[in-house]
Amino acid sequence: MNNIIEINGLCKSFGKVNAVNDLSFRVKQGELFAFLGENGAGKSTTINIMCGQLKKDGGKIFIDGLDLDKDLSGIKSKLGVVFQNSVLDKSLSVYDNLESRAALYGICGADFRKRLAELAKLLDFEDLLKRTVGKLSGGQKRRIDIARALLHDPKILILDEPTTGLDPQTRKLLWGVIGELRKNENMTVFLTTHYMEEAAEADYIVILDRGRIAAEGTALELKNAYTADFITLYGVTKDAVKALGVKYKQIPGAFRLSVPNTKAAAELIINHPELFNDFEITKGKMDDVFLNVTGKKLTEGEEK
Amino acid sequence: MREMKILLKRNIKLFFKDKAMFLTSLITPVILLVLYSTFLGNVYRESFLSAFPEGVSIADKLADGFVGGQLISSILAVSCVTISFCSNMLMVQDKANGSIKDLTISPVKSPVLSMSYYFATLVSTLIICFTATALCLVYAAIIGSYMAFTDILLILLDVFLLVMFGTALSSIINFFLSTQGQISAVGTIVSSGYGFICGAYMPISQFSDGLQKFISLLPGTYGTSLIRNHAMRGVIAEIESQGFPVEEIKDSIDCNLYFFGNKVSLGADYAVLCGTIAVLIAVYILMNVIKLKKAGKNS
Repeated sequence: MNNIIEINGLCKSFGKVNAVNDLSFRVKQGELFAFLGENGAGKSTTINIMCGQLKKDGGKIFIDGLDLDKDLSGIKSKLGVVFQNSVLDKSLSVYDNLESRAALYGICGADFRKRLAELAKLLDFEDLLKRTVGKLSGGQKRRIDIARALLHDPKILILDEPTTGLDPQTRKLLWGVIGELRKNENMTVFLTTHYMEEAAEADYIVILDRGRIAAEGTALELKNAYTADFITLYGVTKDAVKALGVKYKQIPGAFRLSVPNTKAAAELIINHPELFNDFEITKGKMDDVFLNVTGKKLTEGEEK
Repeated sequence: MREMKILLKRNIKLFFKDKAMFLTSLITPVILLVLYSTFLGNVYRESFLSAFPEGVSIADKLADGFVGGQLISSILAVSCVTISFCSNMLMVQDKANGSIKDLTISPVKSPVLSMSYYFATLVSTLIICFTATALCLVYAAIIGSYMAFTDILLILLDVFLLVMFGTALSSIINFFLSTQGQISAVGTIVSSGYGFICGAYMPISQFSDGLQKFISLLPGTYGTSLIRNHAMRGVIAEIESQGFPVEEIKDSIDCNLYFFGNKVSLGADYAVLCGTIAVLIAVYILMNVIKLKKAGKNS
């Protein structure tokens, strides 16, 4: 797979604060790429620079082979952005909003109507076209935001916390659509999210901390590197678990044992077969990865 | 061109959908008309009558025509500019609510975006100002008017040019604003101050020499002079036809405008106003282009 985004040595400061500090990473075409970090880690600054909204202090950015320094306009037509908060015109109808945004990419008249029909079907908002955006529910608005980002058929879809505050059904619908776009159109998705279960689905994950990459890899690589494995053990006594000499936590009806990795888990089971009659082994979660990498817990809108 | 047309449609729709913005703009000339006719009508009338020697009888119709011309020229001169400021809020609102980000992440060219705001404000302001002109003409017709059809056409042209001027000026000033509070403050300052410095609230001839010279440097003054000349031409011609000297009256109500002692012709008024509009629009576009280049230019 080709690299559709290449960022080398990106730097950006606001006064004395280094928002982005010598940041380098790649995103492959068609990949679901998760860009994680607590507020102020440099995610939005990086996205704003990629979209030409902010001037960078140093470094190079190539998007689909285009140099940001030389062809910003070309890059802009390859990016579709879903902002964290809807920035559509609340007092206008869905149709008027999408018509005005499509015009920004030179899509007007019959071409616009054709694209609108495709997106309305894909995102299931055919019955919302005449409704005023300000009167839509959060989930409906989000669908329109995504349609706006897809109007010009971008190669890369940037999703800045797209599902924050959405109900599970709408979240499922949106991920379904995004999955279809990736499958059918090989679209690259650049995601920032506070939902670790969404990040865990990504092909590649970069965790930012204070403007630098704190960790990167696939979900599996990160889990192996930054979290322990867990054995949930049922039907045993506390004394028996204590005797194993491993870290454990009592949970309703079971004990949760922490082991360094799957190999250690296997050894423990083999050495104590009398205890391991009813158990399950699980890897750590992305929340644990994030906590161990940054020392902070990522929650909606803020770190703890 | 199609991009511009659709953006224009968006901006105009947003203006008229925002009832507060629309009503604030529309109410300005109505309030001015009520205030002027209630409080200033008599002042203008007495001032006009005092210009004639004692014992000379002036027909009520003539006095009413004079006062009416003065009132509507003042209202229109102030309204065209202040309403432009009231209407030109979208640019700032887009910044305040983040919509501008959604527009500038697209490859749309900066001059297209900035001119879409300009033309949308121009169209909205023209709709309101032409409505105000119609109201003023109805008022003038009721109290008595000497305006010919050509005068009315020229007043419409003056209103058009003054709105273009006001829109360009407000676009440049609003360019630096980013919150609703700032734009309200600017709107208040302009609404309360512009009438004085353009010679609408008080004739420039009543100011001190130094102030008169300063005001003659401001392009809006020439717009006021144009409207005043066209609104008053008929009634002044009637006064002249009755054998009264009119030059002094024309001086007193700024129909004769002086630039450092030299009388300015109507042609020069138009030249100053049109030239200023062209310069302001060019500056506005340039500011937008520079801003976008600064934001997008990478080291």
